[in-house]
Amino acid sequence: MIGIVDYGMGNLLSVFNAFEYLGISVKICSEPEDLSQVDRIVLPGVGAINQCILKLNESGFTEALNEQVIQLAKPTLGICLGMQVMAKQSFEGGTHSCLGWFDADVIRLNPGQPNLKVPNIGWNTIQFDKQIPLFKGLPEFSDFYFVHSYQVKVHHESERVATYQHGETVTAAIMKDNIFATQFHPEKSQDLGLTMLENFINWKP
Amino acid sequence: MSKKRLIPKLQLATSRNNPNKLVVVITKQFGDKIEIGDPVSQSKIFQDQSADELIFLNIESRKNNVKTLSEVIAKVSEEIFMPMTVGGGVSCDEDFRLLLSHGADKISINTKAVESPEFITEMSNKYGAQCVVVSIDYKKEEDGTFQVYTQGGTHATGLDPIQWAIQAEMLGAGELLLTCIDHDGMRNGLELQVPSSLVQQVNIPIICGGGCGLAKHFSDAFLQANVEAVCAGSFFAHRDQNLIQTRSQISNAGVEIRMQN
Repeated sequence: MIGIVDYGMGNLLSVFNAFEYLGISVKICSEPEDLSQVDRIVLPGVGAINQCILKLNESGFTEALNEQVIQLAKPTLGICLGMQVMAKQSFEGGTHSCLGWFDADVIRLNPGQPNLKVPNIGWNTIQFDKQIPLFKGLPEFSDFYFVHSYQVKVHHESERVATYQHGETVTAAIMKDNIFATQFHPEKSQDLGLTMLENFINWKP
Repeated sequence: MSKKRLIPKLQLATSRNNPNKLVVVITKQFGDKIEIGDPVSQSKIFQDQSADELIFLNIESRKNNVKTLSEVIAKVSEEIFMPMTVGGGVSCDEDFRLLLSHGADKISINTKAVESPEFITEMSNKYGAQCVVVSIDYKKEEDGTFQVYTQGGTHATGLDPIQWAIQAEMLGAGELLLTCIDHDGMRNGLELQVPSSLVQQVNIPIICGGGCGLAKHFSDAFLQANVEAVCAGSFFAHRDQNLIQTRSQISNAGVEIRMQN
């Protein structure tokens, strides 16, 4: 069973519906204890990082996630803000300590050209830096849907598995051990997104 | 760099045959409504044709509250795995919460943003700028100037669309949705003067709509005004099944858009 972490941030329903559509049993985890009943975890998220951290800490999810994801090594997928919160720190509106699962910082997009907008909203062709089971069945030029103003900068390039170009090279996906996370929204990326979610369901890290 | 986006716009109103049902309608200059179908089945057609996003606007916000709208969105999001912008009558934090929790990704605000500009900032801080789309309806006046209208195009505000858009960005909007009321449903091309000028003055994406009748009208908006996205209602309603063909015409005109995978 897949558990979606419900800590009051963002669009859970779309992620839930996508897994249901793929025919997998999925549970919304509104309490930290719920995570012990699932064998895969999805950390979604839309919004501002300070609210996200605050809610994870207040609800007790931070502790529960550290136990389930780091100690018990359950396969885990982060989406958008759910990926950014896995970094060490974020510079969105100040400096915020995050979960620290990746040695990475979150900084603002800086395309450096007036015709390239922030937030970047829309479909971008991603480049795969590595062939991993999560990318199985995706064509070489795959478009995914992004909507973000901040980006993850990893300190170890080996943890970055996909990128795209927006006036600079932007991290599209990261992976480390049992954790995979995307800046784009697979649940909003039509067929290719569903393919990736299906790969996550079958992923054996 | 993101591909240019093509966005079907689904305007929702109460069905003439069933007062409890919201249907997709098309309008002319924000006037007469023609019913064209059910929002869920329309959305599925657009998804099959690889639309890049969908916009849902409740155009009778006095009659249909945000809760009714959110129920439609919930049904759509069971079968549609693409980004959705939703709006029409959104005026408080609870409206945002309700729509986002029912499957919306971005919320469009219009009248409320003009009445209480601080609302833009509050929602942007709470849900992130990427979530707040400020929708601006405008008309060309007899003296050649442009003016912003609210309340479904019925209330003149005295605001200049460009100045208002710039202010909305400063207040925290993440995207702008421009609609020229004079061109709505006329299918004779988009008004490009305002978007062309605005695109150079803001750093957030612009969606423009109102008036698409040919694939060329889309490519004109992309190539001449350099907007990030074009939305259309009547165009897609009249030319059922033709989104795929439209996409290749736009692509052939030299616009970088997503092609079907």
